Amino acid sequence: MTQTNNKALIAVLSVVFGLVAGAIIMLIFGYNPFSGYGSLIATAFGTPQNIGEIFSQMTPLILTGLSFLVAQQAGFFNIGMSGQLYAAWVGSVWFALAFPQLPDFLIIIGATLFGVILGGISGLIPGYLRAKFGASEVIITIMLNYVILYLGNSAITSFPKAIRQTTDSTNQVGDHGSIAIKWLSDLTNQSSISAGIFIAVIVTILVWFIMKKTTFGFSIEAVGKNADAAKYAGINEKATQIWAMTLSGALAGLGGVTEGLGHYGNVFVQNSTPETGFNGMAVALLGSGSFIGVILAAALFSALTVGGSGMPNISGVPTELVSIVIALIIFFVGSSYLIQLLIKKIKAADAASAGSGKGPKGKKPKKTDQTEEAQA
Amino acid sequence: MNILSILALLISTTIIYSAPLAFTAIGGTFSERGGVVNVGLEGIMTMGAFSSIVFNLSFGNSLGQLTPWLGLVVGAIVGLAIAWLHALATVTLRADHIVSGTVINLIAPALGVFLIKVIYGKGQTDQISQSFGYSDIPLLDRIPILGRLFFHNTSYPALLSILVAFLTFYIIYKTRFGLRLRSVGENPQAADTLGLNVARLRYEGVLISGILGGIGGALYAESIALNFAVSTIAGQGFISMAAMIFGRWNPIGAMLAAMFFGLSQSLSVIGAQIPLINQVPSVWLQIFPYVLTIIILTIFFGKTRAPKADGVNYIKSE
Repeated sequence: MTQTNNKALIAVLSVVFGLVAGAIIMLIFGYNPFSGYGSLIATAFGTPQNIGEIFSQMTPLILTGLSFLVAQQAGFFNIGMSGQLYAAWVGSVWFALAFPQLPDFLIIIGATLFGVILGGISGLIPGYLRAKFGASEVIITIMLNYVILYLGNSAITSFPKAIRQTTDSTNQVGDHGSIAIKWLSDLTNQSSISAGIFIAVIVTILVWFIMKKTTFGFSIEAVGKNADAAKYAGINEKATQIWAMTLSGALAGLGGVTEGLGHYGNVFVQNSTPETGFNGMAVALLGSGSFIGVILAAALFSALTVGGSGMPNISGVPTELVSIVIALIIFFVGSSYLIQLLIKKIKAADAASAGSGKGPKGKKPKKTDQTEEAQA
Repeated sequence: MNILSILALLISTTIIYSAPLAFTAIGGTFSERGGVVNVGLEGIMTMGAFSSIVFNLSFGNSLGQLTPWLGLVVGAIVGLAIAWLHALATVTLRADHIVSGTVINLIAPALGVFLIKVIYGKGQTDQISQSFGYSDIPLLDRIPILGRLFFHNTSYPALLSILVAFLTFYIIYKTRFGLRLRSVGENPQAADTLGLNVARLRYEGVLISGILGGIGGALYAESIALNFAVSTIAGQGFISMAAMIFGRWNPIGAMLAAMFFGLSQSLSVIGAQIPLINQVPSVWLQIFPYVLTIIILTIFFGKTRAPKADGVNYIKSE
């Protein structure tokens, strides 16, 4: 209990510290932090359209957050979500545009499957290479991001002219392939919200079920905690690792599908692999291993991003401030030792004052002991 | 074009493209030899590039030809500051090395563009006027054939990177500091028992990587990109990291690997002028270095062994 409470506290404090650091940066460069954050909030929640936008941008963040979480449970550090997402994005849009003669639901199912499979393969490769050869998945996924970036870009520019809008972007998937929901779009003044958000929530529950209630999920956790012990307990640790990375890639891929069929409705040449993939890692780290945490963190980051887009016009603060704040939040989560030290100090001070005031109650010192154990 | 001039063109572009990678990769060896994984090289390069471009634009007119060199110094200082953040997070605050490095990679381009917008009011800078151009090395370029190939149309910083590689080799393998740094990267517990200050040595390793990474970024900006935008350092830092691994955490190896990557990058730039190469679709040239890294990392993994305690936080028992 103490440990989960601690984790939630660390997450909340990290967000506060990140926002404060952002405010300090604004002050240093002569902006008013109140009007800066004020314009952020006003933009994010000011119009139904932007609220719809928040849900739309949350969608891939939830899915890449889950992707990172699954890989992490298996002891993998998947930095390749960005590429896995892009592969699926390109693939799903291509499928949706390439078979216009199919019935709508088949187009959507086919495009989704094709995208998810591409994402899965992009996750399987580093999973396989590490399980079989011991190659570092961090390096492999970073390298694969670039391979996928260039292959994806080159694929887009060499699509048949009929399905391209310009030389480096495709047509909109339109009514046939889109997963937009009419009443939701109408409700949010034609924002890019789509069925993706429901898919993301359902998949979160599904992944929670797989990880917590099935043998496969148990094996993943066992392998992630101690691959050797899992092996001697009779778990096929290599197969588990490979499947976990495939699942991770498939989840990131699903994020790419929602970008293609939902958020943007098409795909276009990228300068670098989509940032959404990297932000998924931020989401998972802030969510600190919990499934609800992933959804909350995704909501926070997407509200920040959507709100940030309105900052330059209203308060003059460049939108990049939001990326800086998000990165700083992760810095504080990552350096949680700092916050743990603070919590410990505050608790110790509490205990001391309680000790001098009312005499020892025996409750508080115990708690500090537990946090120490949790750290070790 | 005859063979000799093709070769000369190939060599001179290779050297120019490989120098920033070499500086950064050599920086990476310092950090990782000390046991701190530095995925943040990309972000360090970005900040080095940003600061050198701003410096160059601000002082280019008054300082003249000296500007790009001082730009390297500015890049080094800013790289040092960013690396200090990484060291603080990983060594002092026990953060995961990859998380901290990724934070640096996320923050650097955003911070760079943020500052560019604050300073210039637009998303990217103008072109700099004082850049590292091509120069002939006096006397040496008179050597028949070899002079034409290696010392004609080359650049001084590129030659400096080769010098730095050898110097680093000497520092890491032949000096007391190098021995200590390596011991901290291999077995921090033992090093601590022998009275070495593990945290201090690790800080030094990371900070040196920041200096060299900052120089790498500044050099890339002032010799190749010539301005700063969000995508100026697109992947150079990651390629440098790959070069370091290729070079088996050995500075000279890292430099040679950087040259190889420089060659493959320059091929996708000047490939159109070279027979045979211009038949290859450019996307294959673009992905070639990355695919090759994956293959080599997989096949030769047994030989490319990282320092034993690389990426492992050392928590001193009390």
